[in-house]
Order: sequence, then C-alpha cells, then structure tokens
Amino acid sequence: MALRTLATRKTLGALSRFPQQLRGLQTFTLPDLPYDYGALEPAISGDIMQLHHQKHHQTYITNYNKALEQLDDAIAKGDASTAVKLQSAIKFNGGGHVNHSIFWKNLAPTKEGGGEPPHGSLGWAIDQSYGSVGKLIAKMNAEGAAVQGSGWVWLAVDKELKRLVVETTANQDPLVTKGPSLVPLIGIDVWEHAYYLQYKNVRPDYLKSIWKVINWKYVSEIYEKECP
Amino acid sequence: MSWSSSNYLCISSSSSSSVISSNELARFDRCRLACESEGHRGKCQDLNRPTNIFAYNSLKPPSFKFDKGQRRKDHVLKKPRNISAYYSLKPPSYKFDALEPYMSKRTLEVHWGKHHRGYVESLNKYLEKDDILYGYTLDELIRVTYNNGNPLPEFNAAAQVWNHDFFWESMQPGGGNLPILGLLQQIEKDFGSFSSFREEFIETALTLFGSGWVWLVLKRNEKRLAITTTTNAVTPLVWDDIPLLSLDMWEHAYYLDYKNDKARYANVFMDHLVSWNAALARMARAQTFVNLGEPKILVA
Repeated sequence: MALRTLATRKTLGALSRFPQQLRGLQTFTLPDLPYDYGALEPAISGDIMQLHHQKHHQTYITNYNKALEQLDDAIAKGDASTAVKLQSAIKFNGGGHVNHSIFWKNLAPTKEGGGEPPHGSLGWAIDQSYGSVGKLIAKMNAEGAAVQGSGWVWLAVDKELKRLVVETTANQDPLVTKGPSLVPLIGIDVWEHAYYLQYKNVRPDYLKSIWKVINWKYVSEIYEKECP
Repeated sequence: MSWSSSNYLCISSSSSSSVISSNELARFDRCRLACESEGHRGKCQDLNRPTNIFAYNSLKPPSFKFDKGQRRKDHVLKKPRNISAYYSLKPPSYKFDALEPYMSKRTLEVHWGKHHRGYVESLNKYLEKDDILYGYTLDELIRVTYNNGNPLPEFNAAAQVWNHDFFWESMQPGGGNLPILGLLQQIEKDFGSFSSFREEFIETALTLFGSGWVWLVLKRNEKRLAITTTTNAVTPLVWDDIPLLSLDMWEHAYYLDYKNDKARYANVFMDHLVSWNAALARMARAQTFVNLGEPKILVA
C-alpha cells in the first residue's frame, strides 16, 4: 500500500516536472568511460580523451536531446516541414552520440588487454577475409587516411551475408547509412579533434598508434553475438 | 629542350696529344666554372669530337670510351631533372605572430606550414603524373577538376590550395571593425544591417556540420551578397559565384587555439581578424563582372 502511494507520488511528480517522460521521450546522458582519461597514453593523450569525451561527445548529446525535443513538438503539432528539417540535426548529433559510445568501448588501456590481437572466431574470420590482422590494419589505416575532411573508418560485419567489411562514413553518419545490415565492430574517429593536439596533421601516425589500445575482446564479443 | 639549359654539357679539352689553343683554353675554363656551379664534377669534353654527337642527343650516359685515360664519367650527362613545381606555396603577407593573440603563431606554422604546404605538394605530385591538366590557372583547374559535381582526385588538393591562399588574404593584423564605403552599403542593403549580417555569419559557422568553409559571396545571377557554406574543399568558384571572404571551419584551423570552442573562434574572427580591406578590394573587382546598379550620384 505504501509502495503504491510512493509510486503514485513519483508519477505525479513526473507528470508535473517531466511531461516528456510520460509521453516516452527519453533523453540521453554522457556515458562514463570505463578507464581514466590518461589510461590510453601514449597512443592517445589524456588531454584529447578529456576534451573528446567531456566537450565533443557531451555537445553531441546536448544537441541531440534538443533536436529530439523539437522533433517531438513538431510531431505533436503535426508540423511536417519542421520535422523533416530537423532530420539532418538528428543524424548529425544522434550519429555523433552513437558513434562515440561505440568508440569508447572499442578502446582499452594496454594493461587491460588493449592492442592484444583477436583469437577465436573473429581472428579466424579476419584471416579468411584479409589474410591477417596486420593486413586488415593496413587496409583500415589506408582508408582512414584517405577520408577527406571529417569521418569515421569502420570494421563491420554484415549480419545477413556473415561477412566482414571495411567502410568509411562522412561526418557523423552512422554506419547503417552504408548498408542496413552492417553492424559496427570497430569504429575509429578520424575527425581532426580526435588526434590534432597530439599528432597535428599526421593522421597516419594516429591510425598506426591507435591499434595499440583497441579492445579486441569487446570486438570479439560483438562479432560472436552476430555470427555465432 | 629544357634539359640542355639545366644540364650543361661539359666540353672537354682535346686529347692529350694535341696542343690546346688559347681559345679552347678559355672555353675550357668557362666550361669548368659552369660545371662546378652546376655541381658536376666531370671533365669538360669537346663537342666537336664526332663521337660526342651520341652524347648530345642521348639521355643515357654514353658507354663509349675515349682515348686511353679519358673514360667518360657517368655523371657528366645527367637525366633531365623532373619538373615538379607547377603551383607554389605562397606565404601570408604578414608574419606568423602578427595575428596574435587571436590566431597563434603555432597555428599559422602548422596550418600554413603543414596543411597548406601538404596540399600544394600533393597537387604538384598529381600534376607530375600526367600533363593533361597542365597549363591551367588555379581557378580554371578547380573548375575543371570539380567536373560538375563529380570531382576528380586532383580537385581536393587544387581547391584547398586556392581556399587557403584566399583565407590568409581574408585576414590581416588589426582586422575586424566595420567594412566601409560600397561594401558596407551593399551589406546593409542585402542583410538589413551590419550586425544582422555578423549574426548570420557566425550562426552559419556554428551550424556547419563537419569540415567546411563559410563564405561571404557575391552571387552573380542574383546580383547580391550572400553567406554560403561549403563542405570539405568545395569553393563557391565552382558555382561561378565570387567569394569576398572566407572562414576556415575545419577543426585544424582553430583547434590549437580554441579547442572545441567554435563560437569564440568565429567571434574573434569577426572582431579582430577579418580583413574588410581585402573584401572591399575583391568586391570592387567583382563589380567589373556583376552590375550592382548605378551608383547614387547626388545632384546639387
């Protein structure tokens, strides 16, 4: 009985303060990093990690929440043109949030297994498709360096064809824009903010170093989930 | 042949058996001096010797022997030097620390010295491969390589070289403040007031997604000023509009000084860096191509 009162009070409070939550609009918050900012040195400096996480990722989340609110309003009012106009902001900021969330999980300090090459089915699949992990890395680095302007380079698995693919996307476009059945395994941010303070314009050096902190364990887990 | 000027054919003194005339000696001396200045260390050899004809025409070091003791050295006849500088890296017209504290010397050093230089070098490397794009001015090269929306690989390099040259010229030490004369009039005519133009410019800079540029252009067809954005390396030249000012919104342009604070960068640009003199000069030139109407001549 007391529990019910508690629940009702909470809902009432929710009604008055967060009308959106009642309608089901979920806002997003910045996920915590599972490691310290400085834990990925010397591959990625602590400064970059802090800025990247606390400023850039946070900005994407803030703007994504704002865009979602505006979209919600527009849909409720039946304002089709505003709803469509907001799509680019949603793709950009929402994509930024999604991509960076994957990125943080893709990295791990060397002490916790970062950089250790994959074993098991993922290792085997890589050897099948690319010859060796080294060759895959070389291919991804070449594609990442060739991205003009801002973007991401991905290792993905096509869950329908059960095949590994290397793809690049521009700006913050999520990987699904390149193929609806692509599941991201590794995403490497090649926006300048991801490496500029440390590597300046030498993106190839950044790409070479980042493999020392890639969390292959997590990547293998995702792969085994998609291709058991 | 271009190589004959860079590739001095050293002429030798005659064989050891004949007497060297004073004329020949003079020629030999001149030759020797020329060889040394070019960095050759080979003997000077006489063009009049019949066997030299092969040497003059071939591009390989000749393999024949002279008289005993006068074996031709390989490096006397070099391969033609590859021309590999079609476009040059132009420095900004102010010193690197002249824009402090709004744009640091370090940013200029990296942005100009590494990024801009890299674009120039990669453009020259592309052009070295094949001469089909040789002979264009940079403007024309950009239009040609843009290929109406399907850009060739050279486009990125060519356009970025032009964009950065334009950007350095769009800034000056002690910049900012207000435009004057005709430019101010035109801005007020097309944007209402200078402050609403400034607001719109900064707003546009902040809502640009990814890497790109913000431009103040004079639109040829509509005969008015406008603010446009372009992504990556694209420039309003490809749409035949006339750019008057640009702001580089690639992260490398502001990251060292402002980290992710784009708003501060854009405001500082407008307040302290933008060169209205350059914009005014460009607009004056643009008016030879776009008729902005009769000037208001006051009648007494």
